[in-house]
Parts: sequence; structure tokens; C-alpha cells
Amino acid sequence: MDPVMGIARWIHFLAGVMWIGLLYYFNFVQVAALKAATADGTNAGITKHVVPRALFYFRWAAVVTWLAGATLLGKEFVNAFTLSHGMAGIGVGAWLGTIMLINVWALIWPNQQKVLGLKPATDEEKNKARRIAFLTSRVNTMLSIPMLFFMAAGWSHRGTFGL
Amino acid sequence: MKNPLDSLWGTVISGVILTAVLYVVVRSILI
Repeated sequence: MDPVMGIARWIHFLAGVMWIGLLYYFNFVQVAALKAATADGTNAGITKHVVPRALFYFRWAAVVTWLAGATLLGKEFVNAFTLSHGMAGIGVGAWLGTIMLINVWALIWPNQQKVLGLKPATDEEKNKARRIAFLTSRVNTMLSIPMLFFMAAGWSHRGTFGL
Repeated sequence: MKNPLDSLWGTVISGVILTAVLYVVVRSILI
């Protein structure tokens, strides 16, 4: 029994569900909802009360997920990130998760701050920021699909797909 | 050409295709 690894795995799942759950909420629900709400003038409630809260849990859940995942990799951390010693499967998952984390903090959050008015920006800058945040969020949704495949089948269940 | 990421289902299909490509790469080159 290894309680540290067990708890790290539990936290990895908890935070990961929150992170990817909110990512799917943004992409599957909020984009279309905001479009409809903007058309009938009811978008203010979403942008003022929902989006900032959702983004808070979204970006911090991403950090917790990554840290718990790094703990789980333990002494295999380097092998995973160098895709060596039989760790290529989970390593690809770890790389995809890392790219997604960087996208959250380097592109989505700074641009959403402009969109939400938390950082000063002209209307033109806001429109550009909205497009960058949207496309990065879509890139992360796309990357989440192979990321979850390699997380699920890359290590603990590597026999499932011969990884 | 339209950006597939502008569409939700274009995004999902791109993710599935990327999964298949990465799987083949890992199985044939890295393992």
C-alpha cells in the first residue's frame, strides 16, 4: 500500500474532472448559450456572475491536476516526458496535459481578463482577445480527446490497447 | 477553408483523428 500515490491518484481524478468538466461546459454549453443570450440581451448575468467563477475553478483545477499527475509519475517522471523506458503511452498523455495547462495560463486566462474587463483593453483588443481565448479553448477541447485516451490506456491499463 | 475548430463537432472529430494518429505513432515508433 502506498497512501501518497493513492491520494495523488484520487486528487488527480477529482481536479481533472473539475478542469475538463469546466472546459466541456465552456465549449459544449457556454459558447452557444452566450451567443443566444447576447442576441436577446440577457448575457450580462452570465459574463458577470458565471464566467469569472467558472474560470477561477478552471485554471486552478488545471494546476492541481498537473501537480497531482506529476506526483503520480514519481520516479517515472523523466521517462514519461522523454517518452522512454516503456513510458511513451502515458508520456504522450502527460505532454498533452502539460500543453493544455500552458494554454490555460498563457493564452486563455490573460485574454479572458481583457474580455471580462479585468484588464484594460480597447474594443479592438477585446475582440482579438475573445478570438484567441475561444480558439485556444477549442484547441484544448481537441487535445483533451487524445489526452484522456493516453491517460486511460497509457499506464495502469496499458494492456488494453497494447501501449 | 473553414477552421474546423470554429465548429464544436469539427473540434471533436479533429480530436478523434489526432488520437488515432498519435496512437499509430506511439505504437510504431516509440514502443
